[in-house]
Amino acid sequence: MATLQTKSAARLMMAPAVIALLIWMIVPLSLTLYFSTLNYNLFNPADTPFIGLTNYRFFLSDPAFFTALRNTLTLVVGVLFITVCGGILLALLLDQVFYGVNIVRLLVIAPFFVMPTVAALVWKNMMMNPVYGVIGQFLNWIGIGAIDWFSNAPLTAIIIIVAWQWLPFATLILLTALQSLSEEQKEAAEMDGAGALSIFWYITLPHMARAITVVILIQTIFLLSIFAEIYVTTSGGPGLQTTNIPYLVYSQALLQFDVGGASAGGIVAVILANIVAFFLVRIIGKNLDA
Amino acid sequence: MARAVSTRRKITFTIIGWTVGLLIFFPVLWTILTSFKTELDAISIPPKWIFFDWTLENYATVQERSNYFRFMMNSVYLALGSTALGLIFAIPAAWAMAFSPTPRTKDVLLWMLSTKMLPAVGVLIPIYLIFRDWGLLDSRVGLIVVLFLINLPIMVWMLYTYFKEIPGEILEAARMDGASLSKEITHVLAPMSVPGIASTVLLSVILAWNEAFWTLNLTTSNAAPLTTFIASYSSPQGNFYAKLSAASTLAIAPILILGWFSQKQLVRGLTFGAVK
Repeated sequence: MATLQTKSAARLMMAPAVIALLIWMIVPLSLTLYFSTLNYNLFNPADTPFIGLTNYRFFLSDPAFFTALRNTLTLVVGVLFITVCGGILLALLLDQVFYGVNIVRLLVIAPFFVMPTVAALVWKNMMMNPVYGVIGQFLNWIGIGAIDWFSNAPLTAIIIIVAWQWLPFATLILLTALQSLSEEQKEAAEMDGAGALSIFWYITLPHMARAITVVILIQTIFLLSIFAEIYVTTSGGPGLQTTNIPYLVYSQALLQFDVGGASAGGIVAVILANIVAFFLVRIIGKNLDA
Repeated sequence: MARAVSTRRKITFTIIGWTVGLLIFFPVLWTILTSFKTELDAISIPPKWIFFDWTLENYATVQERSNYFRFMMNSVYLALGSTALGLIFAIPAAWAMAFSPTPRTKDVLLWMLSTKMLPAVGVLIPIYLIFRDWGLLDSRVGLIVVLFLINLPIMVWMLYTYFKEIPGEILEAARMDGASLSKEITHVLAPMSVPGIASTVLLSVILAWNEAFWTLNLTTSNAAPLTTFIASYSSPQGNFYAKLSAASTLAIAPILILGWFSQKQLVRGLTFGAVK
């Protein structure tokens, strides 16, 4: 039982981790907030006058911001759609009994462990290159004709790459949820004459609802900060077609050296992520009680 | 309980399952195959599947031209360094939360997890400037600290869930039997917590190895790990598919193998316990 002594010992044991995270969160975040109110360019770091909310006004009224916001949302929604639908189907498939199901499961989850820079470059060059890429050659072979993904549909190309990386995550979590569904319930429904489709619709899907919500929330948090895949394939281009908010902030800070403007962008990104995090933390909190 | 399944159904699903599995795995398989081709075979039309002159020259070239080994060692240092540092901070914290919980424990844990949800671009600029002023850009030490901090919440969380599974009664029983504190730790606690710690290490190493925001932004050459090295292929000169494949195969192989062993832990660690 927690006596006064063990309580203070516990506090002492938690202190290093709490303090480390507190510093990591508060110091840079308040600096970002502070920089976002300055006219601060790395070309002229000596003169950084306070300009209030002007950076936000510029950032939020910059057409590039709206393009980036739209791209960010398209990327998130596109990847979520593919991974959740694909994940449900894959989870149902891997829940079946067949020869080598364990090996197939390993094959399906493999993309998750491929580092983002490798995934992006392999897809861009060896899969999606219109001349030498496997997809292009396949499309030529069946008569549709190769697509120059990165010139004609760059954001779609990025969505496909990122969805490939996240499909295993959704599959694995949905499979875990699926396997906790009791056989008896399904058997009872079968005996009552329910078809496979209505079992899926009325029993399986509601059972997975919570896991689906969690997949959506967690993936959204990570997908809002997609960076490496864009950095190595398109550098945000052509034009601004694949620039999302993280990439816009990066290019404003480290390519255009506009610290003030980029900081305002960073704060906007934090606010966006917090909206999602709010719901996620509530779900996790409820589970901790249970 | 195994379900009774007709053979026909089983064979149908075997065909569908393997087709889908191989399709998803294909980019990885293709990368591995291409790494053993000559550059000319790598871009041949139609593609050559397995009937080509197998060669190891790409692996040699990648090492010779760019000193691949150095980048790999950087990845190893970063993954192990940040994980070790993480354990030092996370084990006591998770231990305290699991064994002497207070009403505030839950809030602290949730707060820790919420720091993981902070987008990196929100703190990129100050971290970059601090690193520049302190001479930490392109240094392994600086990056180890950053990777340690971004993985710390997940490590605390994972260890907490594992420690919580250790029944407190066992400790009391050991104490009643007259075990001293050191015996209690070495004979009772350590053996019971090793599996959880091992899983946490595995997950942390995987996440650190593949981290590609901070590594790309904070390193250029000296401290650059494999993520940054592979990114250098984004501006290629001449034929490079086979070389890219060789470099990629080496970069993903160790983590792929570790990852295959840690599927379950992955679900536990990355869903923050929101799915059971």
